[in-house]
Amino acid sequence: MRSELTRFPLVKALLKNRWPQLLVFIVMLAGFLFAILSGFIGTPVGSSNFGIVFVWIAWWAILILVAVPFFGRGWCAVCPIPLPGEWIQRGAILEPPSRKPRWLNLRWPNKLRNIWLQNLTFTLVALFSSVILTTPTVTAIVLAGMLFLAIGMSIVFERRTFCRYICPVGGFIGLYAQAAPLELRVKDKRVCATCKDKPCYNGSQVGYGCPWDVFPGGLTRNTYCGLCMECLRTCLYDNIVVNARPFAADLAKPSTRLDETFKAFIMLGAAMIYAGVLLGPWGALKLAAYSVGTTAWLGYAAAFLALIFGILPAFFTLAVKVGQRLSRASTPQHLFSKFATALVPLGLMFWVAFSLSFVLTNAAYILTALSDPFGWGWNLFGMAGIAWQPYLNALLVPLQTLVLVGGLLWTVRTAQKVGTEVRVSPIPVIVFCTLATLVMLGLLL
Amino acid sequence: MSRKQWFLIIFAGLAGAVIAFAPLPVRVTPPAQRTLRVEANQFAYSPAVLAVNPGDTVTIELVSTDVVHGLYVDGYGVSVTADPGQTTRLTFTADRSGSFRFRCNVTCGALHTFMIGKIQVGSNILLWRALGLTILASLVAIILFPRPAKAQAA
Ligand code: SF4
Ligand code: SF4
Ligand code: SF4
Ligand SMILES: [Cu+2]
Repeated sequence: MRSELTRFPLVKALLKNRWPQLLVFIVMLAGFLFAILSGFIGTPVGSSNFGIVFVWIAWWAILILVAVPFFGRGWCAVCPIPLPGEWIQRGAILEPPSRKPRWLNLRWPNKLRNIWLQNLTFTLVALFSSVILTTPTVTAIVLAGMLFLAIGMSIVFERRTFCRYICPVGGFIGLYAQAAPLELRVKDKRVCATCKDKPCYNGSQVGYGCPWDVFPGGLTRNTYCGLCMECLRTCLYDNIVVNARPFAADLAKPSTRLDETFKAFIMLGAAMIYAGVLLGPWGALKLAAYSVGTTAWLGYAAAFLALIFGILPAFFTLAVKVGQRLSRASTPQHLFSKFATALVPLGLMFWVAFSLSFVLTNAAYILTALSDPFGWGWNLFGMAGIAWQPYLNALLVPLQTLVLVGGLLWTVRTAQKVGTEVRVSPIPVIVFCTLATLVMLGLLL
Repeated sequence: MSRKQWFLIIFAGLAGAVIAFAPLPVRVTPPAQRTLRVEANQFAYSPAVLAVNPGDTVTIELVSTDVVHGLYVDGYGVSVTADPGQTTRLTFTADRSGSFRFRCNVTCGALHTFMIGKIQVGSNILLWRALGLTILASLVAIILFPRPAKAQAA
């Protein structure tokens, strides 16, 4: 059921060579810096500012509708945020230099080798999202902050600690990358066992040791491999392959880590909250989410946190417990985390359904922002005057229905497979997911 | 797959098609003229949810109490804008039933893109169909793939 893509010489050459990647990097970095610039100097009106429109409409659309579902961490392979830091850390832009720069190169503390910090950063961004999403300067500050933090961390720590442990985007990309039909793996683990220097992890003259601090020979899921292609370049035995594979192949081995489980709850809850707050007709709720620091906002924040860290996990625990009762099973370990694997396809499809509506209704701003990026009355491509209108409006509801119902089927299958493995009835968990889908439909349609 | 499972799949497909597409008897209420006054201010409409019957001739009187706002009705593609303090009218025939969002189409500030209301024309039939499909999908999947826990624990 897997098909090796790197068996095509052209594909392999394109991935292995540093130049194609560098070209994309440069375009991305330029766009990223331009987004920051326009956030600072352009119009304060979000929907007319290149920074807002390109990050939150164009980039977001590509990320959640295409990149993550089909390419997993594909975005991380071309993301500009860690680049300046990485170049400084390496003292090179292409191949490793003959003399390495001497930075601190510290190891990341063991206690923090998990994604709890990423859960925290995402939750923070989510709590302030109504402001970040709509205010160009705030978006610019957040983007610039990520860039500089990544640089700082590259100087202090080894490898890409910002990506692995801090980046709020990277956390959920990793979670949902498990569902993608693409993977980087080794061909034959026995070759790795006899490979002495393990250049894929330790680096060599031709390339760097895995920047994501992963040992490629041990890869079993996509979560923490950033698809940077270094190991493809360094492996002495031509043992690294990129495969097309069935969707969700990683979910066959359910996660047992609580940090990843809570990532799934955060994403699921946030999708539902955004669908209600941003796309619903309740003006007071929107204003509460926007008015950071007021009592109304505190109430919103409290409700947000309660849903994500209290209500959803509580009902889910209940569902798992009832399932245990139904099957009179003993108590296998990590039941909660294992069943939460089902929330990966569910949450991903919630985000797709939410984003379809958000993106299609606001896509017109992409054209105007291209022609007039700063909102200064320019008309570079003659599209500045295009009147706003939603695109594909008639298709939206059928598409969202298809996505959510299809997503639920996928979720049910995932839950059933977990159930088989742990010998606990998945039906209560399925009921939980079905109810969540009904709520999401009610909010979106 | 067993014969029973194929049966179930075919049955589910048919049931799904019925839920998704079957024409429903519509309760016919004689069309009326309706005038609805909607106030707009940053960044909400009030009332935010309007309800009319299919076939009604709807006139929305849009009044803005702060800056210039607009009102664009999804699915109908009609719109109107109102300067502060002035009332403008938008008249259209509500000939498609369902629930449609209406949104501000004049950039009016930070939350402009999220300034949203809803108009219900008759019942929100697409929502009911979607809910039906969801429950059907979930039930069929449960029945189609028998509970592994019991099968194995035995
Ligand atoms: S983890 Fe974040 S910063 Fe790192 S490559 Fe991915 S998106 Fe970019
Ligand atoms: S360099 Fe290649 S063969 Fe050696 S451990 Fe890494 S992936 Fe395996
Ligand atoms: S070096 Fe290989 S395993 Fe490590 S992040 Fe890059 S592609 Fe993934
Ligand atoms: Cu407005």
